[in-house]
Amino acid sequence: MADKSNGYLADSFINIPEIKFTKLFINGEFVDAISGKRFETIDPRNGEVIARVAEGDTEDVDLAVKAARQAFDHGPWPRMPGHARGRLMMKFADLVEQHAEEAAALDTMDAGKLYSIGKLLDIPVGAASLRYYAGAADKIHGETLKMSRELHGYTLVEPVGVVGHIIPWNFPTNMFFMKTAPALAAGCTMVVKPAEQTPLSALFYAYLSKLAGIPDGVLNVVTGFGATAGAAIASHMDIDKVSFTGSTEVGRLVMQAAATSNLKHVSLELGGKSPVIVFDDADPDGEVCVAGSRVFVQEGIYDEVVNKLVEKAKNWTVGDPFDPNVKQGPQVDKKQFERVLSYIEQGKRDGASLLFGGKQHGKNGYYIQPTIFIDVEDHMVVAQEEIFGPVMSLMKFKTIEEAIERANSTKYGLAAGIVTKNIDTANTVSRSIRAGVVWINCYFAFDNDCPYGGYKLSGFGRDLGMEALYKYTQTKSVVTPIYNSPWL
Amino acid sequence: MLGLIRFCSSMAAAARRLSSLISRSLSSSSSSTSPSSLLFLRGGSCWGRSLSRYSTAAVVENPIIPPVDVKYSKLLIDGQFVDSASGKTFATYDPRTGDVITHVAEGDAEDINRAVTAARKAFDEGPWPKMSAYERSRILFKFADLVEKHSEELAALETWNSGKLFRQAAKDEIPMFVRLFRYYAGWADKIHGLTVPADGPHHVQTLHEPIGVAGQIIPWNFPLIMFVWKVGPALACGNTIVLKTAEQTPLTALYAGKLLHEAGLPPGVLNIVSGFGPTAGAALASHMDVDKLAFTGSTETGKTVLELAAKSNLKPVTLELGGKSPFIVFADADIDRAVELAHFALFFNQVSSVIILSLVIGFIPQKPDVAKEPLFYGSRTPSNEEGQCCCAGSRTYVHESVYDEFVEKAAARARRRTVGDPFKEDIEQGPQIDPEQFEKILRYIKSGIESNAKLECGGDKIGSKGYFIQPTVFSDVKDDMLIAQDEIFGPVQSILKFRDLDEVIRRANSTRYGLASGVFTKNIDTANTLSRALRAGTVWVNCFDVFDAAIPFGGYKMSGIGREKGVYSLDNYLQVKAVVTPLKDPAWL
Repeated sequence: MADKSNGYLADSFINIPEIKFTKLFINGEFVDAISGKRFETIDPRNGEVIARVAEGDTEDVDLAVKAARQAFDHGPWPRMPGHARGRLMMKFADLVEQHAEEAAALDTMDAGKLYSIGKLLDIPVGAASLRYYAGAADKIHGETLKMSRELHGYTLVEPVGVVGHIIPWNFPTNMFFMKTAPALAAGCTMVVKPAEQTPLSALFYAYLSKLAGIPDGVLNVVTGFGATAGAAIASHMDIDKVSFTGSTEVGRLVMQAAATSNLKHVSLELGGKSPVIVFDDADPDGEVCVAGSRVFVQEGIYDEVVNKLVEKAKNWTVGDPFDPNVKQGPQVDKKQFERVLSYIEQGKRDGASLLFGGKQHGKNGYYIQPTIFIDVEDHMVVAQEEIFGPVMSLMKFKTIEEAIERANSTKYGLAAGIVTKNIDTANTVSRSIRAGVVWINCYFAFDNDCPYGGYKLSGFGRDLGMEALYKYTQTKSVVTPIYNSPWL
Repeated sequence: MLGLIRFCSSMAAAARRLSSLISRSLSSSSSSTSPSSLLFLRGGSCWGRSLSRYSTAAVVENPIIPPVDVKYSKLLIDGQFVDSASGKTFATYDPRTGDVITHVAEGDAEDINRAVTAARKAFDEGPWPKMSAYERSRILFKFADLVEKHSEELAALETWNSGKLFRQAAKDEIPMFVRLFRYYAGWADKIHGLTVPADGPHHVQTLHEPIGVAGQIIPWNFPLIMFVWKVGPALACGNTIVLKTAEQTPLTALYAGKLLHEAGLPPGVLNIVSGFGPTAGAALASHMDVDKLAFTGSTETGKTVLELAAKSNLKPVTLELGGKSPFIVFADADIDRAVELAHFALFFNQVSSVIILSLVIGFIPQKPDVAKEPLFYGSRTPSNEEGQCCCAGSRTYVHESVYDEFVEKAAARARRRTVGDPFKEDIEQGPQIDPEQFEKILRYIKSGIESNAKLECGGDKIGSKGYFIQPTVFSDVKDDMLIAQDEIFGPVQSILKFRDLDEVIRRANSTRYGLASGVFTKNIDTANTLSRALRAGTVWVNCFDVFDAAIPFGGYKMSGIGREKGVYSLDNYLQVKAVVTPLKDPAWL
């Protein structure tokens, strides 16, 4: 694998933007934390401090919720027609797109995201999310009902109220818009807590939302840590809904806090250990195989796939994410970096064969070599737990029934991949896999119109698509007697 | 430009003065006067009388010269403006004066053939139906922005060609046009089929596919609004189009077509053929390679269109036809508000109300202040036209206990109505569209008088030039009178008396039409009963002519087939394909 990891080449690729927004965004203003505290956000390319960001805590969340509550209960946002919300969201989208380079650079510095992908994909996709839901804002229909007596009944699909969004660091931009755009379209107001590792782009988007004319108090951003600011959101008595993306472990805490506080609605998008199942009739040159963390390969094609994967890993360029030739950047922070390395050690101890990689890449920053284990058994930790790093486990299988059973023998159910040219195999496996999305001969085929979310311990509720919008609404039935109706 | 020159040369010195003023203000950077502000010069200005009452010889003595050139007058086929195959043209007129604006290429069967060939190719070979819905939606959004940028010109052209109030075109209809295109742009990437439960081991899905080449024939009463009602959903669903505009109003569609191409619409996706019904319209309706037909117009022509579709290739047809919409006022209604609403329900040819106002005045709905603003929420003076609306509330049923009061106030309201040059700000009512409609309305008025309905006010034409008619109110109208039966399409209100609920339901429904209706009452039970009992595609309760993008519109009975606007309108341009395949060992069914 090629080395581009020194982390100091950045200036030759782009202009590193000035960090303009490091305070909390509450009621349309950037403000310090009440405590005055700040925390460091780190460049994972070199471990250096990028900026010191206001550290929100319970009191700051209180202020943000108050602003959101006021904006929902008395403000224009839920009271304006859906198309008017849509117009402001369209403007917001245009601003995001116009600032794609700056936003992408923030994510690259803060999260180690590939800059060229960010500029060409993550940021435009964020804008596209806003546009998708902008177009949905005037298409939220209730129903008139078929009542069994002389009653006229209908449903009103109303915004749920104040929403708390707690989002992770792996896709700072896409997560931000995946959460906020449908909630905005529905007419909700919100408090967003970005991950402590990646607070910068969220604050930048808050600024752009203000430029776009989203009213004050509708979109608030409180940067800070999960145990403090995150917990304050999950347990807040005046938040009507919490939407969380992150680990299964923290998802449980969020749900518990919701249960013990005001029974707020919860949606969770949690961990996964997604299988990719490669059948004998698959095209072994397809790109799909590189994506999964548990790759089941049918015995007839197993050796060929292993060779191709090693070949691919050798040519995989790891390094500075600002470099357009790089395919893999660093892990987000030291903690993740060490966690991934410890999983690799665990795999070795459990008896999996390390075929490729397995170590830190270079000397600076949090880079890890692309790592491939073979002879992995289903019960091993590397086959069961979400590693969240460039570690692939390869397993061999014989029959379709066996593949289904083994693919499902996980507590997770987020996604799955099937690689086959056989329509019957594809259809059977699609229904049999207990996962929220199944990609056939493709992978990571996300789309704004395509719902995404988990089965089992991968969570509940769906992001993306119209389903995500309904997640931020609640239904009211209205019933009144009707007299002398010519039909029922 | 040609039209403008011709127009100027026929006008008096005052007109030339205005023309030079416009060009001066256009060329002078230091001047703060915009051309549009000149349109709003009030009566008493140097233009002489701007308000004409019923006795003047010419209603529009010094017509305002529209600040727009006619740039596009040819057929739009395969992305190019082209002459008709025959080389023929027809004149299009200014209904204020009856003068020719310009000559427009006259499409006939051969031109329809050319347009269908282009649309066919654009559909079969792409890129339109093959590009992503997000890309299609981006083009429609971009077009909406362009229309907003050119709204002054489009509105002026619309008024010039249709006699529509300029204020109404500029402040209501163009924003509504833009709003509707954005609405459909938002649908493009949300058109969902279903996965379908099967009785056995089968995997079943439905694909909602574009139908193909859509033929669309639109009328003259709302040239641009009808354009978007038809073109918007067809494009959002990925179809290609041959559009035939009304021969009275061909101009704005050509302009809009140009802007759509500027926004990135591929050639051949929208083709526009100007021309006449019996030639171009019939050729489109009976074309063997047109997959779908949508028509708005008279019930009589709708029948012909449906017949031609049946005789040719059985293309599915949507029809939005005539109406004779009842407006029912109960004793418990707020009579002043009901008078005002009934007045507009009839005399209106305009989309009104909250949706537009929210565009015009900002996003925050104002609290209704009924006392101050009898019709609108926080509105300016309501603008108006001339009853040229297929859903006009043309049968006003009033409960006997408030009948006399209502008639008196309705007549007084109609007498206050100002008629004149639609480019002027104080005018509520412009001319009828053409001599044919004008004569037809006068014949209906005569018939009303002869059948012993009581003429409360109006009843005649105004002036000797242009097609202006007095706002006319008949009371004591009986159900069997012609004016209570036929669609008049003009400023003629018929007021009928009723006694009880069942009676008025029966009478309101005793029409071959079923387009729209209005109910005016504060009683929720009355409102709910009538909402279900009226056989009409729309029931407006304590409001009228609310035309939001998402509200479906269309007729029961002989008022038509299918619904426009709203999610329902997409059905007109989609066909459903079921895809079925066996499942081996399915985990569930």
